[in-house]
Amino acid sequence: MAHGFLVHDAEDHVGVAVRDLKAQERVSGVYLLSGKHVEITTIEDIPLGHKVALTDIEVGDGLRKYGEVIGTVIRPIRTGAHVHVHNVKSVRWGSI
Amino acid sequence: MIERDTFLGYRRQNGAVGSRNYVAIIPVDDLSNAAVEGVGRIVPGVLPLPHPYGRLQFGDDLDLHFRTLIGTGSNPNVAAVVVIGIEPNWTNRVVEGISATGKPVAGFSIESHGDTATIARAAATARQFLQDASELPKERVPIADAVISIKCGESDTTSGLASNPAVGVAVDWLIDHGATVIFGETSEMTGAEHIVASRAANEVVRDKYLAFHEGYQQFIKDVGFDLLGSQPTQGNIAGGLTTIEEKALGNIQKTGSRPMVDALEPAVAPTQKGLNFMDSSSAAAEFITLMGAAGSVFHFFTTGQGNIVGNPIVPVLKTTANPHTRASMAEHIDVDLTGLLTLEMTLPEAGQALLAQMFRTLDGRLTAAEVLGHREFVLTKLYRSA
Repeated sequence: MAHGFLVHDAEDHVGVAVRDLKAQERVSGVYLLSGKHVEITTIEDIPLGHKVALTDIEVGDGLRKYGEVIGTVIRPIRTGAHVHVHNVKSVRWGSI
Repeated sequence: MIERDTFLGYRRQNGAVGSRNYVAIIPVDDLSNAAVEGVGRIVPGVLPLPHPYGRLQFGDDLDLHFRTLIGTGSNPNVAAVVVIGIEPNWTNRVVEGISATGKPVAGFSIESHGDTATIARAAATARQFLQDASELPKERVPIADAVISIKCGESDTTSGLASNPAVGVAVDWLIDHGATVIFGETSEMTGAEHIVASRAANEVVRDKYLAFHEGYQQFIKDVGFDLLGSQPTQGNIAGGLTTIEEKALGNIQKTGSRPMVDALEPAVAPTQKGLNFMDSSSAAAEFITLMGAAGSVFHFFTTGQGNIVGNPIVPVLKTTANPHTRASMAEHIDVDLTGLLTLEMTLPEAGQALLAQMFRTLDGRLTAAEVLGHREFVLTKLYRSA
């Protein structure tokens, strides 16, 4: 397959890796709804199923996936970075 | 899409349709497990369902216990039932509940008799029930008369991306063909509850659903914890899911797009065709046990990282879109949806593949979980006993 990640919604900040991606890889992704293609360069390894940032995202921003906010950014995220529990936390749980 | 809308199943006395033909041996309480298993040794073709509860429960928790046992015996995948309890009153309550279906059911209590005499009497009845059940004819029955349930487990991002939306396609098809579908997992809707609520067919259903959601959030608050560390699970996080909101938004993909017609208490059988929500745990074995008690005769189960759950009376069909899981746990996977990630398969094709395998399973083909002996029967307990 030519693509390395898939994106749910046009507004999403992240794509989902559909194979293990290596750091510094030029990789293309496909938007599920529109079929539109996008290209980014990864800045770290991203395992299959994990999220890759499609844009820079600042601390305090709501991270969008499925066109919805799925958490709050707690460390700055650069385009091509691995997005997971180290830089995003739940809005609902985890405040106690 | 798929053209058939019937399967070869069993039409029970009350009109309900099933895909399996078990004679279940149900203990009312933990003390009666030994007798239930004793009957299973003398009559090996029956299905003993031991469990750890049934003593000193009270209130809503006791009601749920009875509802689950009666519902399990009443499930159309069950042809006949032997109930064994320590004393006669609660034993009779379960027997009477199941007998409303019109199927053969008999109860035995152990006090004043002891285990060995009880086992001998119950085994004589179980033998008769099993022989009678063995000649029940299969007939062509409409999918519209069936109750189907859905859940995901050990989910990862491939669940929300691929296998769950594929089940959503199948669920829409089932509902358009008159079937009844149940989803649930109250805690796992956190972050997607606004979307679930917006799917309600009317205000009453919406309010019922939101009362379950808010009741659960209040319960978490009252015990002084949140579910961080449990939801998402460690497996979910390894698979790339970061927050409960992300998990919930992936979860609801499998509910398709049709209206939610009712919101049910745990283990309550639906009365409305279409998509029903049930207040329920997200733990797989507890969930499917509740679905069986509500009358489910077939279950779609998507997994990302590889949940292997099964159920004694409900065939559980497993599917994944994760190529690592498909390769490393192949014997647990009934339908391979990895082509959705490579874009070699479309969602309508995936929905069709699921429905085709569903019909083969309803006709009698055993699922991976059935042949591997997964018969997890786990009662939901609402609070500690007296």
